[in-house]
Amino acid sequence: MASNTLVSRRGSDVRKSARRRAGRGADVGRQRTLISPAQLGRPRGKAFYWIVFTLVIILFTVAFLGPLYWMVTGGLKTTQEVVQSPPTAFPSSLHTENYSQAWTVMDLSKLLFNTLYYAFGALAFQLVFDVAAAYSLSKLRPVFGKVILGMMLATLMIPATVLVVPQYLTVLDVPVFQRNLVNSPWVIWLPSVTNAFNIFLLKRFFDSIPRELLDAASIDGASPLRTLRSIVLPISRPILGVVSIFAVVGVWKDFLWPMLTLPDPSKQTLNVGIYSLASGVPENVLIAALTIASIPTLLIFLLFQRNIMSGLTAGGLKG
Amino acid sequence: MSAPTLSSRKATTPGPGHSRPARRDSAREDFLRAVRRNISAHGFLIGAVLCFSLFSWYPMVREFILAFQKTEDGKTTWAGWSNLTYVFNDPAFWQAWRNTLLFTVLALLLGFVVPFVVAVVLNEFRHGQGYLRLLVYLPVMLPPVASVLLFKYFYDPGYGLFNRILDVFHLPAQQWLQDTDTAMLSVVIAATWMNMGGATLIYLAALQGIPGELYEAAELDGAGLLRKVWHVTIPQTRLILSLLLLMQVIATMQVFTEPFLLTNGAGPEGSTTTVVYLIYQYAFNFNNYGSAAALGLVLLVVLAGFSAVYVRLSRSSED
Repeated sequence: MASNTLVSRRGSDVRKSARRRAGRGADVGRQRTLISPAQLGRPRGKAFYWIVFTLVIILFTVAFLGPLYWMVTGGLKTTQEVVQSPPTAFPSSLHTENYSQAWTVMDLSKLLFNTLYYAFGALAFQLVFDVAAAYSLSKLRPVFGKVILGMMLATLMIPATVLVVPQYLTVLDVPVFQRNLVNSPWVIWLPSVTNAFNIFLLKRFFDSIPRELLDAASIDGASPLRTLRSIVLPISRPILGVVSIFAVVGVWKDFLWPMLTLPDPSKQTLNVGIYSLASGVPENVLIAALTIASIPTLLIFLLFQRNIMSGLTAGGLKG
Repeated sequence: MSAPTLSSRKATTPGPGHSRPARRDSAREDFLRAVRRNISAHGFLIGAVLCFSLFSWYPMVREFILAFQKTEDGKTTWAGWSNLTYVFNDPAFWQAWRNTLLFTVLALLLGFVVPFVVAVVLNEFRHGQGYLRLLVYLPVMLPPVASVLLFKYFYDPGYGLFNRILDVFHLPAQQWLQDTDTAMLSVVIAATWMNMGGATLIYLAALQGIPGELYEAAELDGAGLLRKVWHVTIPQTRLILSLLLLMQVIATMQVFTEPFLLTNGAGPEGSTTTVVYLIYQYAFNFNNYGSAAALGLVLLVVLAGFSAVYVRLSRSSED
């Protein structure tokens, strides 16, 4: 079965069951799991459930939100208080100027702009080239299409880190074009297109679009491009969302490649820039910088969590 | 393959009156149509194919060539097996492999078992699942530099949070990243915190696919909690479990960013030098691209075995 159904269906399933749960109380319409509902219904079962539940909620909140809390408040403390032992739970006085200092001293606006520029550029390139390629491989089926797809998928078998060295040497002097891409945004954008996994996800989604729909368009005289724009893309919004989010987040989280290929401090990404400046600034300012650097991806996550999670399971199941 | 030609032929079906020349005409038309279709199909492919050629396929070939070349005084010559023998005779090679294997084993003990247990527990909850999922996946979305530097503060032997926690439980303070014995474990704990969200959500999705009747049947046979996990949950998710296991092996054996950021790569007495860090050192600290490529080949061969098993398993999951 094609994965797109998996993506979209799972998404709506989750939504539906969430609504159901919210609407009609906990157990209605819920599939039974490891522990039987009868067991949970008994007073002892109920008590046990609530104890474990509370413990897990507390544990998880401490384990996963705790560090973030420490980060946000750490950025508000004085230099002495940050390295004080034992650490304080609340900053004794709020030093918001750390954040503005981090913003100016580490030139975060520049780093943030660079990262956004690279991430959304990479997104644009991936959307244009990978969608076009997947569409062609799925629906237009050129000669050698299977071979090309096979060669693209073969790159998934090669560990990415093994290719870093030859890739680096390649961008120093791109064959045929004779260009040195180091310190230019192309060095992020163009290699990001070689995301065989995205092409694979997109192609499988396109495969599931009924033939008749496209045939009808072509009988009406629509060109392949027109068909792609007016029929395929509107249907494919869920998978395009997943691919887009992962494209942006991928660039945002990447470290080794931008460190190697964008050595110029004015061209660096947030990750690399903060890392290279880390030893030169006071701790509280650094922590404030980390907080600022985390905000964009956290926002993306909170806004698109449903797409991200459904895309993740779709990819993981068949990756 | 046949559908578009079929539909286009239908559109141009010649009337019954003229037979032979018309058929030859339509054959030529079909051929031209196929050519045109291929031109547009390859037109859609060209961007991605160009990027793949330059930044993926060419570097792949180059990796093999580099491994058997050496560059001295600006002149590149064939080096035969000398790069490989150099790599094998480097004492750092064996240390790097030992560390990488240690990291992989620890990362699997933590990063494979913990998410599964977490997923099994979360799947039982009738409340707060959305919140808990969100929490587990939160660190995955953080820029690595933020989470890693945070952990660096927590690990600090002087004012770090972790020693403070140990102190509360009257346990002896640790040197964490600065001790050869605990450095790798510390890296693994941080890496698990950063990455466990993905695996947990994939397990959760798999657990939700287990039919409830199986648990009911097991209960009728008198199975307790652990036996239900052992005889129902694990067999039912075996495929996902083994796929993720392989994926994690492949990913953890390529670990770079976490040790690089936490311990500057090498760690105390090289205790966190991983294979990929050694590749990095060869290439970018010693400018010895030949040895870097040779070591890359070794890693490639080791991981190829895992990749092959992975592909076979995921094929069988498609059926």
